Amino acid sequence: MTLPCLLHVQDVRVALTPRHGAPLALDSVSLQIHQGERVALVGANGSGKSTLLRVLHGLQKPVSGRVIQPKPVQQAMLFQRPVLLRLSVQNNLALSLWLRGMAWRLARQRALQVLESAGLGDVAQRRGRQLSVGQTQRVALARALALEPQLLLLDEPTASLDPQSKRVVETTVQHFPGTMVFASHNLGQVKRLATRVIYLEHGRLLADLPVHLFFDQAYLLAHSAEAAIFVKGEGV
Amino acid sequence: MNSLWDSGVAALRLIAEADPLLVSIVWRSLSLSAAASGIAIVVGTFLGAWLAVSRFTGRGLVLAMLNTLLSLPSVVVGLVVYLLLSRSGPLGFLGWLFSFKAMLLAQTVLVLPIVIALVRQVVEDAYNSHGEQLRSLGAGPRLSGLLLAWDERSALLTVALAAFGRAIAEVGAVMLVGGNMEGFTRVMTTSIALETSKGDLPLAMGLGLVLLGVVLLLQLLLAGVRAWMQAADAKGSTP
Repeated sequence: MTLPCLLHVQDVRVALTPRHGAPLALDSVSLQIHQGERVALVGANGSGKSTLLRVLHGLQKPVSGRVIQPKPVQQAMLFQRPVLLRLSVQNNLALSLWLRGMAWRLARQRALQVLESAGLGDVAQRRGRQLSVGQTQRVALARALALEPQLLLLDEPTASLDPQSKRVVETTVQHFPGTMVFASHNLGQVKRLATRVIYLEHGRLLADLPVHLFFDQAYLLAHSAEAAIFVKGEGV
Repeated sequence: MNSLWDSGVAALRLIAEADPLLVSIVWRSLSLSAAASGIAIVVGTFLGAWLAVSRFTGRGLVLAMLNTLLSLPSVVVGLVVYLLLSRSGPLGFLGWLFSFKAMLLAQTVLVLPIVIALVRQVVEDAYNSHGEQLRSLGAGPRLSGLLLAWDERSALLTVALAAFGRAIAEVGAVMLVGGNMEGFTRVMTTSIALETSKGDLPLAMGLGLVLLGVVLLLQLLLAGVRAWMQAADAKGSTP
């Protein structure tokens, strides 16, 4: 049985700059994201992972092609270097809820509940810019989850974190019940979190496989030599 | 040299004795420039933040014009406001010429481009760096601009000081539209010009010292506030 499609990307091309004839960050990419999937985007730096996430989230307009959303889908995105405003952590979370239409007083109450359930109650009254990188990432993840998204997009969610923060973020993400698309350089993390892997190179989608086949070297080599070389190079 | 020394001593005596004439001129100057800067900061923050996040045809031209206005001589502003407020001008019906209101209008017009240009720069830099994340959270460009203006409030303090500094130090615009009338429209800079031409150097120098003192005090206050805000932001920001 095929699960409902949340997003349908059709032949999307994205230019690196608005200039006419500029090189492409994404070149004729087509894919579907189905409900409940955990899709990992892998590839070297500059392969188009972040651009694809931004296209899925509606932050980047393609120069051609389109992204179809059959039904409205509540989305949230965690950026690689999330920014908190110079407000208290609680108010940072409340602001994101208020922006989605919740009354300010309720938003503050909900923000506090979310922070406490994420084990971040002790930083609720600290200013957003006073937190460490690991705490900022955890707060930003809590902020994204507070929106109760059906689709969670994560751009290198643990790239700059220490091992402990990395574990906490991964565990939180593992317990997320919805659909998830994440970019990662960490193939161990991809194995742990993903059900499907998309390999990108120079903006082109070269492999789109279930996770067990992606890490089957013989199968991958037959399917996409470039992807097989990438995985081998990462030593997995 | 003796004249300078004697004038300096006499000026300090006027300040120490809180000479009523000196105090009234200083008070008028401070209230005028504070009000003009305040209006310019409120209006300029909205316009600067809007300009920072808006993309429209001719935006480059608007920015070029705005930057040109930064170096507008104050006498030119005075002349334009004078023509607007003169009896035959389009705003002549207001009857503001040679009044505190006319000086307020002139100083506001003078400092508004400074506030807009600096706020625009500060907010645009922040928008380029965090705008996408605010959009992801659901904030439209205008709301993002205002949120970022608030977020960069420590930088905006410098903008406020620059506006106040420009307002309190200018002489041309208030001289033209205020008329330098004693007890009504005479401010520190116009008094200094007048008293110097009359040869009353102690009062001119006393006003000059107060002017310097006010600007120095503001600079110290600003430095203190910025240091406090930066320390609060930096605390605990290591990985």
